Amino acid sequence: MTTLLEMKHVSKKYGNGTVALSDVNFSVNEGEFVSVIGPSGAGKSTLLRCINKMIQATDGEVIFDSVNISGFKGRSLRKLRTKIGMIFQNYNLVERLSVIENVLHGRLGYKSMLSGSLGLFTNDEKQQAYHLLEMLGLKEQIYQRCDQLSGGQKQRVGIARALIQNPKLMLCDEPIASLDPSSAKTIMDHLKNISDSLKITVLINLHQVDIAMNYADRIIGVSKGQIVFNGAPSQLTSGDIKTIYGSDASNLMINIENHDRVKVAEK
Amino acid sequence: MSQTYFLTKRLRSLVVLGVIVLVCFGSSVLTQFNLSQGIAAIPKAIVWGFSNFYPTADSLAYLSDIWAKMQETLLVSIAAAVVAAIFAFIFAILGSRITKVSNFLAVLSRAFANLSRNIDVSVWSIVLLLTFGQTSLTGFFALFIASFGFLTRAFMETIDESGTDPVEALKSAGAGYVPTIFQAVVPSSISQIMSWILFMIETNIRAATLVGILTGSGIGYIFDLYYKRMDYHAASLVVVVIVISILLIEQLSNYVRRAML
Ligand SMILES: Nc1ncnc2c1ncn2[C@@H]1O[C@H](COP(=O)(O)OP(=O)(O)OP(=O)(O)O)[C@@H](O)[C@H]1O
Ligand SMILES: [Mg+2]
Repeated sequence: MTTLLEMKHVSKKYGNGTVALSDVNFSVNEGEFVSVIGPSGAGKSTLLRCINKMIQATDGEVIFDSVNISGFKGRSLRKLRTKIGMIFQNYNLVERLSVIENVLHGRLGYKSMLSGSLGLFTNDEKQQAYHLLEMLGLKEQIYQRCDQLSGGQKQRVGIARALIQNPKLMLCDEPIASLDPSSAKTIMDHLKNISDSLKITVLINLHQVDIAMNYADRIIGVSKGQIVFNGAPSQLTSGDIKTIYGSDASNLMINIENHDRVKVAEK
Repeated sequence: MSQTYFLTKRLRSLVVLGVIVLVCFGSSVLTQFNLSQGIAAIPKAIVWGFSNFYPTADSLAYLSDIWAKMQETLLVSIAAAVVAAIFAFIFAILGSRITKVSNFLAVLSRAFANLSRNIDVSVWSIVLLLTFGQTSLTGFFALFIASFGFLTRAFMETIDESGTDPVEALKSAGAGYVPTIFQAVVPSSISQIMSWILFMIETNIRAATLVGILTGSGIGYIFDLYYKRMDYHAASLVVVVIVISILLIEQLSNYVRRAML
């Protein structure tokens, strides 16, 4: 199994002195579905953004696809980013544009300044956008403006926009935090499906431990900018949850115990 | 406890009111302005207005001259607003916290916009009059500078409000700076920006009369000319033409605004 992503001694200290990440080390294999969990302010968003360099790490190395990308700038950075799709808690769509226009934005990384600015997309790209939207169940909404969509539909547009990049890695920053449970399940199923059928590696920040355990191949627990757990969901114990979430873990532990019980029942 | 809360609040209002009254009284004493005399003069002004300040059949002969000047004024106002909008957009992009390239450029563009905005259009007219002389170009530049300052500020706020989210998304997809602006920032803020440009055109047409009087061009110039010749009938016709033009432009821009939404 080949390694797609490797973080070596990555640290991030913000200008105001906040240490968001300190000495983070882990690696992710190609095709893996990895979930990052941790309390609010633990540094999950920072961690994800240090990978596509939306945030510049203060220390350490990031190896992506066997290349050390720590020093990437300008054109090489843009080219790298086309290989890494990202979806967001707030969907980050241009609300006034139509669904298909938003999806095509995912191709801008491949465009020259002129054709990108003018939004000149090829027929192939439009076809691809159409197929992705069809796959995600948004065929009816293609020409609708995004401000008329529900949260779950917006997030699916976000996924299509990331997929049209032909990414090797998908970074998902709490993609279901603003969604109702049933839309959340739809989104998680789509992401899992993408990972299984398209062999795209997924790194996803989640607030819900039970969902992380249900979907992920591996869980990384972050607390106060440090990785305190890194292993399979089955290895995650109540004790680990306590180390990750600290004192306010009590209500989360109910989840994990239920989860264990369900697993036992299944057996 | 709530008693004292409301009491202090009432006291504060009373103090503010007292200060306002004092300032009004003080300034009218200083300038020897007499309110009762001022009010008493209003009926007289109305009587004078009705007996002298109306267009007559004779003054209609001037209509084609007046209309030619009005056209010039309208075109200068629109051109000033549109050209200013182009520059203002570039400065707003550099100055907005979402799209700024560097902090230095952002501060510089904000300072530049504030300078041109906080000085009134009439002051710019006089300043430019000294450099360019009495041409319609002077009027154009005065309106242009004032429009530029105002629009930069308005555009900057519009862009700020459109939010960082889409910009972040496009950046993370590898899009360059210029495509990000045209694909994310422009679509999010274009209708607001058009609305500000229309507003600026309306404002410019109103200001153009004063600017014209000061710089000796356009509709303001012709008004000044008739007025100083004491041809009040012709001067009043100029006012009628201005009012009708402004109303028409307002209707037009309201229509455009609705069509855009
Ligand atoms: N731009 C910034 N400047 C300064 N400090 C920041 C900045 N962004 C985040 N931080 C701080 O860094 C720490 C980690 O933030 P981060 O957003 O990565 O946490 P998170 O785990 O994603 O939290 P949440 O679950 O609430 O999204 C927090 O203490 C936060 O206040
Ligand atoms: Mg976060």
